Amino acid sequence: MHLLNEKSVTTQILDRVLLPVEKISKQVVFDCRMCGQCILHETGLTCPMRCPKNERNGPCGGVRPNGNCEVFPDKPCVWVQGIERAQRLPLWREHIGELHPPVDWRLKDTSSWINLFTGRDQIHPKGWDAGNGNK
Amino acid sequence: MQAMETSDRPLRAGSRLERVLRAGLFAVTAELNPPDSSDPQQVYDAALVLSEVADAINATDASGANTHMSSLGLCAVLLRAGYEVVMQMSCRDRNRIALQGDLLGASALGVKNVLCLTGDDVTAGDQPEAKRVFDFDSMHLLRTARIMRDQGMLLSGRKLTVPPRVFLGAAENPFAPPIRWRAQRLAKKVEAGADFIQTQYIFDVNVFREFMAHARDLGLPKRVYILAGVGPLRSPKAAEFMRAHVPGVVIPDSIIERLKKTPREHWQEEGMNICVEIIQQVREIKGVAGVHVMAYRQEHVVAEIIHRAGLFPRISPATVEAQKKSTYAQLAR
Repeated sequence: MHLLNEKSVTTQILDRVLLPVEKISKQVVFDCRMCGQCILHETGLTCPMRCPKNERNGPCGGVRPNGNCEVFPDKPCVWVQGIERAQRLPLWREHIGELHPPVDWRLKDTSSWINLFTGRDQIHPKGWDAGNGNK
Repeated sequence: MQAMETSDRPLRAGSRLERVLRAGLFAVTAELNPPDSSDPQQVYDAALVLSEVADAINATDASGANTHMSSLGLCAVLLRAGYEVVMQMSCRDRNRIALQGDLLGASALGVKNVLCLTGDDVTAGDQPEAKRVFDFDSMHLLRTARIMRDQGMLLSGRKLTVPPRVFLGAAENPFAPPIRWRAQRLAKKVEAGADFIQTQYIFDVNVFREFMAHARDLGLPKRVYILAGVGPLRSPKAAEFMRAHVPGVVIPDSIIERLKKTPREHWQEEGMNICVEIIQQVREIKGVAGVHVMAYRQEHVVAEIIHRAGLFPRISPATVEAQKKSTYAQLAR
């Protein structure tokens, strides 16, 4: 059951109001990149889209011995941070191991809050869902 | 659903590499670095020395983000001469549309082993101004390739008339932080679809041993074949360069010191000694199914390393398969 219908007028009005609020607040707090399909709570409240390789499923093999990013030697790897922070979270601790589907680039710069309530962020490619549970 | 162990699931692709691993033989793969050339002869020259000692040859995909002959082109050239290949595919330069298409094309050409990588960043190479793609990460590529093979459909759900039969590989770096999370990441890759793993260069066997202990705790060697990555260092300078500029390579000071103490004319010899020692050490670790030899621009020394490590002559998987059959036949009688 989804709280909002994607095409309804309410959704459109909420979008106008919420999009700037989400954008500003999450950019300030998480350096959010507005992918529109937020998985912050599953990545130790660290935005994975800050990774220059768009890694959604954990750190790449290029992390430097000091824990910094392969691409930006002066910045810490966002996944090293995320994994550390996830251990300290009171909940969602185990979610860090979950396999996340590929990014839906159509949702970029849309409100992930609205997409959560309409269920839009849960729509994956048909093949991806068919591959679930098949070992 | 309980994941199936490697020993009792049907063959994924029936490639030589898969049959070697299934037969319980210690596998050897070797990396071939593609030439900056359009001449296939250069590929054959490098492949000839590797083919005798390796069960499969890895064709790298613009590694270090430097343009070379493409991995698909390299595979086509190698397959024409009857060599077994592992095609490396990186997500840096192609989006999901191109990756899925290339997987079908590669399979049509006869590629049976594919290594799914995220890829080094563009800034590692000589064209750091290039646009990076990274539409997928390695897990997405692995899962998509598995969906194509097992479900017979593209990621979109569109049916394939004939799915690609491929043995799927992934990489793991036991030396990159967060080190204690690396085995868990390996588990995630297995869940995404990895049938075999080739690790980053191992120069610190103790750290690798610990990684393998974690992997065994998670039951991974039963579900995936792990090939330990090794390679000879050419000189102390080359070692220092690799450590500083090749993403993800960790070389302890002790190894560099050992090379520095060696007279110049014996550098190559000593580099090979270190490599042979590391192969012998990793071979003793429970759960290691083979080695992956990466000898950047020194393919000619790989054969000697394999010989000296005691991995030659190679037993054919067919021998083991035939032995098993005759044992069954005797038991049935």
